[in-house]
Amino acid sequence: MAQKQVSDQPSVQELIAKSSSKKQKQLIEKMIPYILLLIASISVLTTIGIVATLIVETIIFFKEIPVFEFLFGTEWYPFANKEPAFGILPLIAGTLKVTVIAVIVAVPFGIGSAIFLSEYASETTRRIIKPILEVLAGIPTIVYGFFALTFVTPLLQQFIPDLKIFNALSPGIVVGIMILPMIASLSEDAMSSVPNSIREGALAMGSTKLEVALKVVVPAALSGIIASVVLAISRAIGETMIVSLAGGSTPKFDWDVTGSIQTMTAYIVQVSSGDAGYGTTIYYSIYSVGFTLFLFTLVMNLIAHAISKKYREEY
Amino acid sequence: MVQSLENGSNTRNDTSSIVYNTQQLNLWYGNHHALKDINLQIKENEVTAIIGPSGCGKSTYIKTLNRMVELVPTVKTSGKILYRDRNIFDNDYGVEELRTKVGMVFQKPNPFPKSIYDNIAYGPRIHGIKNKKILDQIVEKSLRGAAIWDEVKDRLHTNAYSLSGGQQQRICIARCLAIEPDVILMDEPTSALDPISTLKVEELIQELKQDYSIIIVTHNMQQAARISDKTAFFLNGEVVEFDNTDVIFSTPEDKRTEDYISGRFG
Repeated sequence: MAQKQVSDQPSVQELIAKSSSKKQKQLIEKMIPYILLLIASISVLTTIGIVATLIVETIIFFKEIPVFEFLFGTEWYPFANKEPAFGILPLIAGTLKVTVIAVIVAVPFGIGSAIFLSEYASETTRRIIKPILEVLAGIPTIVYGFFALTFVTPLLQQFIPDLKIFNALSPGIVVGIMILPMIASLSEDAMSSVPNSIREGALAMGSTKLEVALKVVVPAALSGIIASVVLAISRAIGETMIVSLAGGSTPKFDWDVTGSIQTMTAYIVQVSSGDAGYGTTIYYSIYSVGFTLFLFTLVMNLIAHAISKKYREEY
Repeated sequence: MVQSLENGSNTRNDTSSIVYNTQQLNLWYGNHHALKDINLQIKENEVTAIIGPSGCGKSTYIKTLNRMVELVPTVKTSGKILYRDRNIFDNDYGVEELRTKVGMVFQKPNPFPKSIYDNIAYGPRIHGIKNKKILDQIVEKSLRGAAIWDEVKDRLHTNAYSLSGGQQQRICIARCLAIEPDVILMDEPTSALDPISTLKVEELIQELKQDYSIIIVTHNMQQAARISDKTAFFLNGEVVEFDNTDVIFSTPEDKRTEDYISGRFG
């Protein structure tokens, strides 16, 4: 039986009172908020710094090239010796072609996989397939780029003889494959978090499984699904390696997806890895393109944020 | 008290008015024998209450009546449940067809995260009714039927989750009424509600009895006594006693029923 210790050993309360750690603790407690604030502000300041650099250099660029010509010019020949042209529309067209193809591939397959995983797959199947999808998201994009150039393009050429070595179709499809796991995984999360009681309510009304999935679960998870799609689009717009490797470097303002293109990101890679001298118009042009790209992804992220706020279903 | 010698068998004579005829029903969750040799006849246009302590199988039984219990993957059953003389376990009996005839109201209100209107119109819509005018009529009629029309008629297009718990539960009842089922199963429909909402739902059940057969599982014995015509007492997966509610609550035959009713256990 545990009895009270004999008095030669001090009580726990006495030990606590003697302990010197109390003051230290108080000091740490006071410091912690400031340390954390510092850490948090570093990331915010970095972001502000990047945006400020972009803006400053972009302004310098616009001193040489009028904003109107940049925004509405349909020709992009920065390397021409005589009369270089800096109209960004061809680069935007390249980016949009790849993004639209990627979305056409990724949205149906991504949401389809999400519905399967969340509503139909058994627990075992889900446990096997979901990690595989997430591994797909971890493949370096340079590998996807090679895959597009050396596998998908030759494969597509079997069906489309006119397809050039560098084109928009193949990187578009592969970017789609790249963002598919993101859509599938985030949408699946959104659908799985719809409470089972709601599914049971629908089943008890005589709904089939498909009706429950499409008319109850998908609408209930819609905000999460749309947010996942918009985030994925934002990644597709910013994707660089795949389009640099398989897309080519011919900025063109048209709707052709079989010929060589150049995206905004691929242009920045081309100039950065080339030997454009510091202070030249070409040098500043990558900042203006970078800033445009930043605006695109920023707008997409804001849209995603607004949508998930507006359509947040309460349950 | 004339029925002192009779048990529930006096309800068996008129087969046409029997909606559910359960014969030798057994049910297992994996190895757990949850329902044992259940035999029950449930008559139409009556409120049948199922009472018993937690884990006695009452919820399992009511969920078997519309085969919702099969959502648990390890469930096995034997025996028959005849719904309007047809065995619901028959291979060619589509579970969707059964659940279209037999509605259910759950323990926790579970409206869809949609507008009030879309909640009520859900059932008619999935069963092929698309005409806007007819849907409007169904929505109004169902909401009136569930005694909640006056509270929500000005905000039919707001999300059902903006309502209080008691209102949500009446929305769920209205959603169930919208496809005009034959039977309504209620699984402790007031256990998550405050006393005033409970009272409203109880009054509603009394009214609904005119048109529907209602089977209600309840934890609350006073509730069973107040609203039901027949009461079945379940214990450890068996039906101990099934009789008119006033008999069960005044002169039960079985000692265990009496002990439960008088609050000696459970």
